[in-house]
Amino acid sequence: MTRPEEYQSPVENQWCPGCPNFGILAALQRALARLGLAPHEVCLVSGIGQAAKLPHYVNANVYNGLHGRAIPAAIGIHVANPRLKTIVTSGDGDLYGEGGNHLLHAFRRNPDIAVIVHNNRIYALTKGQGSPTTPRGERTRLQFDGVAIDPSQMLATAIVHGCTFVARGFAGEIDGLAEILRRAIAHPGLSLVDVIQPCITWGEHPVAWYRERVVPVPADHDPADRGRALALATDVEDAFPTGVLYEAAPRPTFAAAYRERTGGRPLVELERIDRARLERRLAEFIVAS
Amino acid sequence: MDRSIFLAGAAGEGIQTIGDVVARCFLSHGYPVFATQEYESRIRGGRSSVRLRVGDVPRNAPRSDADVLLAINPDAQAHYLGALRPDGLVISPDPGEPGPQGPYRLEIPFVPLATAHGGEELYANSVAAGALCAAAGLPFAILEAVLSASFAKRGDDIVRANLAAARAGFDLAANRLPEQARHSLPRREERYAFASAHETIPIAAAAAGCRFIAAYPMSPSTGIITAFARDPDLGAFAEQAEDEIAAIHMALGASAAGARAMTATSGGGFALMAEAISLAGMIETPIVILLAQRPGPATGLPTRTAQEDLSFAIRAGHGEFPRAVFAPSDPQEAIDLAIRAFDLADRYQLPVILMTDQFLADARFSLPPFALPEEIPPAALADPAGLEAYVRYALTESGISPRLAFGQGGRIVCIDSDEHTPEGHITEDLARVRPAAVKKRLEKARRLRREIRPPAFDRTEDATLILVGWGSTRTAISEAIDRLRADGRAVGSIHFAELWPLPELDPPRRAEYWTIEGNATGQLASLLRGELGWPIAGTIGRSDGLPIDARFVVERMP
Repeated sequence: MTRPEEYQSPVENQWCPGCPNFGILAALQRALARLGLAPHEVCLVSGIGQAAKLPHYVNANVYNGLHGRAIPAAIGIHVANPRLKTIVTSGDGDLYGEGGNHLLHAFRRNPDIAVIVHNNRIYALTKGQGSPTTPRGERTRLQFDGVAIDPSQMLATAIVHGCTFVARGFAGEIDGLAEILRRAIAHPGLSLVDVIQPCITWGEHPVAWYRERVVPVPADHDPADRGRALALATDVEDAFPTGVLYEAAPRPTFAAAYRERTGGRPLVELERIDRARLERRLAEFIVAS
Repeated sequence: MDRSIFLAGAAGEGIQTIGDVVARCFLSHGYPVFATQEYESRIRGGRSSVRLRVGDVPRNAPRSDADVLLAINPDAQAHYLGALRPDGLVISPDPGEPGPQGPYRLEIPFVPLATAHGGEELYANSVAAGALCAAAGLPFAILEAVLSASFAKRGDDIVRANLAAARAGFDLAANRLPEQARHSLPRREERYAFASAHETIPIAAAAAGCRFIAAYPMSPSTGIITAFARDPDLGAFAEQAEDEIAAIHMALGASAAGARAMTATSGGGFALMAEAISLAGMIETPIVILLAQRPGPATGLPTRTAQEDLSFAIRAGHGEFPRAVFAPSDPQEAIDLAIRAFDLADRYQLPVILMTDQFLADARFSLPPFALPEEIPPAALADPAGLEAYVRYALTESGISPRLAFGQGGRIVCIDSDEHTPEGHITEDLARVRPAAVKKRLEKARRLRREIRPPAFDRTEDATLILVGWGSTRTAISEAIDRLRADGRAVGSIHFAELWPLPELDPPRRAEYWTIEGNATGQLASLLRGELGWPIAGTIGRSDGLPIDARFVVERMP
């Protein structure tokens, strides 16, 4: 068992004071501790944005790459070292917008990674433009007459694409979120957790507005019920069911056949391919009589 | 002997198969073959050719004229007839009336013979191979052995049908061949390795320890990832990414986690990767990027060749960071440079771009048996046991910090695309951290430059005219010099395989310098003028999508 404090990082935090991102950070540290993982066994991968700074605030391996590209980097990390717990943590603009295509194909690949989306429904670091999840009609610092296109429905898309763990959390409920994250990280294959994270600087509504509208998924909801899960996953205005929306039996995970061949070892530990074998390959180019 | 054979047909008509069979016949009879192909970007139809250059010594450079034209259809015959030498030979179902001075005509009804002797139309390729072997003076036994080996896996019936069709083509050609065109090639004991650079590079990458490749299919680079996917013995995980951006980020993630990793693409995909190349420079994570060039801009000519991306490869990516750019000229040099690319990427923790092109991707050379370098450097990751508190970007005199993979030896590794502290965390310390980080990255570039090998010098000692080239054009330029020297001109060449960082080098002697390049603007010339102050007088550039050959150079001599 590890303690959440072991995951505390001395790096100065750049978030706005009072930002619900702090709730996600605390929930993640608790989840990792509950899973008993040592910091060096965890790799946090992010793109760009305020949410993408989270890995710096956790005492664990960090790959803070480019905007939208956390998913492919995480896939490479996971293949190269399957022993690491690889967790993507970034914003809705990063993962649903700039990197949306990668996420779609990640559902198909089903790598054993957890994807945590800080969904604040706004571009915060660039000062208040519409994001893929901004509701239609909401005025922003770029969409002055209101966002004219519909928000993306990535949780429903995940279910349709075969993702076997889909959840919605709320950054204002640290305990509940920690438990969702623990389950997501433990789940084999890709798990997607969309976390409602109200932006206290650029957001349309204060945290209290969200708190009034966050409701647990119904007690009788069976997460294996795909039809009901789809309904819960599809955004309805002014109501946010939180909890595990969908959980199906794990599918084979990405690169399983290769791991079988390599004994699941990190690629860095594999011996070089036998030189003589490769020399034989080269000798096969000689055309004999 | 120096014979150029064109096999012409539409896409899907099997000229590659015929070319491969006939090339193997020559090679197993002891004669080196240089095989190229040119084709249109389509699956069926159009016009394409496979070109075999056969000699008593290897001449691994293209020829644009033909001694023999084997045409599968009339359209291809009409299209390629202009390349045929006046004393050449046409082999086809309808070669037309012979002219007064030739070319010679050999009428072979491929399909009727295939149906009559093989039982099906699809054996027409074997009829054609038989006719070509007879015209080339090869004994039928050679063709029999090659065909038997090629079709052995498909069963005895298929072998028998192919042999019967080939025999029919061979016999008819032997009978109908004009007297003047008859000859017989004596068997020789010489043996050659026959392969393209894209066939040797995956093996070299495996020898270098490459365990991960992600790529998006794009001509002419696709053969690289295909080789890894087809051959699990090469040991690498191969993934077709959803786009080139994903491909390079997957490879960078794998590399950061400790795997030697690569990607392969062509110009358009490379453009998509540009941001990630800058990332590799910033996070100091090794990666090898194979850039197989084709003519641009944009989609350009997808199946043709060019050397148009040199300036781009050297500059791709925003900001300032070190990289290396290499361009081999043949399949053996491709082995050496691929292994060197992984080593330098790893030791200096930066991106290395290995440039080929469609010509080099497809052209099969006849060379002495391929060899791996005696020493293949081991991975350059640090030993965690020897490190105190781990600092990923620790400042050192060389600019190179001990690199660990995530979690290696129980250590925590932090990598960041922002400007970062030595610990790998975001910083805006403009007074101390940023200047030190810039200096660190550029110090690596300075040291890398000292490791770059000089270009190859060919007959420059007495040259008054020096042709300067890079990458895949070396053998064509060398042949051009042979011809020019035979005409009494004092010509030599300088050929660059390691292009960036440019080695510090003065022009070796007072002479007129021209670059020979597969582009229209003289990208190497600009580089040598701008970076080294070389007095380049001009450029002989080719940008029509075809490879540079000796005749092209000779005819454009200043």
